[in-house]
Amino acid sequence: MKGILGRKQGMTRVFLEDGVVEPVSVVALGPCVVTQVKTRQRHGYQAIQLGYETAKKLNEPEAGHLKRITQFRHLREFRVDDLGDAQIGQRIDAAIFQPGDLVDIIGISKGKGFAGVMKRHHFAGGPKTHGQSDRARAPGSIGAGTSPGRVFKGTPMAGHMGYRRVTAINLTIVQVDTERNLILVRGAVPGAKNGMLVIKESRGKA
Amino acid sequence: MDLNTIVALSHNAKIQEFRPGDTIKVTIKIKEGDRERLQAFQGTVIRSRGSGTGATFSVRRVSYGIGVERTFAYQSPLIDSVEVVRHGLVRQARLYYLRGRYGKAARIKEDRSRGR
Repeated sequence: MKGILGRKQGMTRVFLEDGVVEPVSVVALGPCVVTQVKTRQRHGYQAIQLGYETAKKLNEPEAGHLKRITQFRHLREFRVDDLGDAQIGQRIDAAIFQPGDLVDIIGISKGKGFAGVMKRHHFAGGPKTHGQSDRARAPGSIGAGTSPGRVFKGTPMAGHMGYRRVTAINLTIVQVDTERNLILVRGAVPGAKNGMLVIKESRGKA
Repeated sequence: MDLNTIVALSHNAKIQEFRPGDTIKVTIKIKEGDRERLQAFQGTVIRSRGSGTGATFSVRRVSYGIGVERTFAYQSPLIDSVEVVRHGLVRQARLYYLRGRYGKAARIKEDRSRGR
């Protein structure tokens, strides 16, 4: 299991040798440091905890947890089947990836505020003409009448959109820049520029 | 971080500098099966846009009475060379007005201050 934390830098494009243009997202990775190795015997499950970006201020439990290493702002755990030779203090950077690897990238999507059904659920809206008034962006029917006599749970309606955890799966790594700790990933990744991302080895087609 | 510095720009020495209004000859590599050949497209530059890896330019020519416009990416590895045939003197950056014109009306004055 390979995993690392990073930040989205934005999108650009690269040309492949045969002239095909690949749209790519630039992700700055780590560098991250292993802050804890969780074992089945001691913790009940196996995981590697990574720290990312130095913290300005930590509360006492956090500072105590990290007292023998750098004070990190973000900590994330990655469940692993095989702990390998992971050591506290070990540095993790872009070198764990190769061009062609598939990764899943988790981020917080851009918030869209309170959005109507056309934007939020891709409803078609109503007719714009033929004597219609105020129906252009309306949802239409939200259910039957007396039977069942209520609106079903989960019925798509207007509401808050975005700013939620989104996983983009099976993204191909196009380039790895170990010098600047960057990867270029084919396609889009969730969230705004400078948004924090969790990059994991792809789980594949389960 | 400046995204334009992340992907290294390739530099093709065979691409001469040109501006909108210039007549240029773009030589493109075309793959046919496993054979590669070169094809030229000569016309007037009517637009140059974008920056970094996304920059493109458009060339217009009139071929057998039909206007043909092609857009190329500056950074495309398929461009073999760009040769300036004639420097044009124009006042606009985007020469879309040429689209409605043909024959004498579509002429562009030559800019003799720039070489040749």
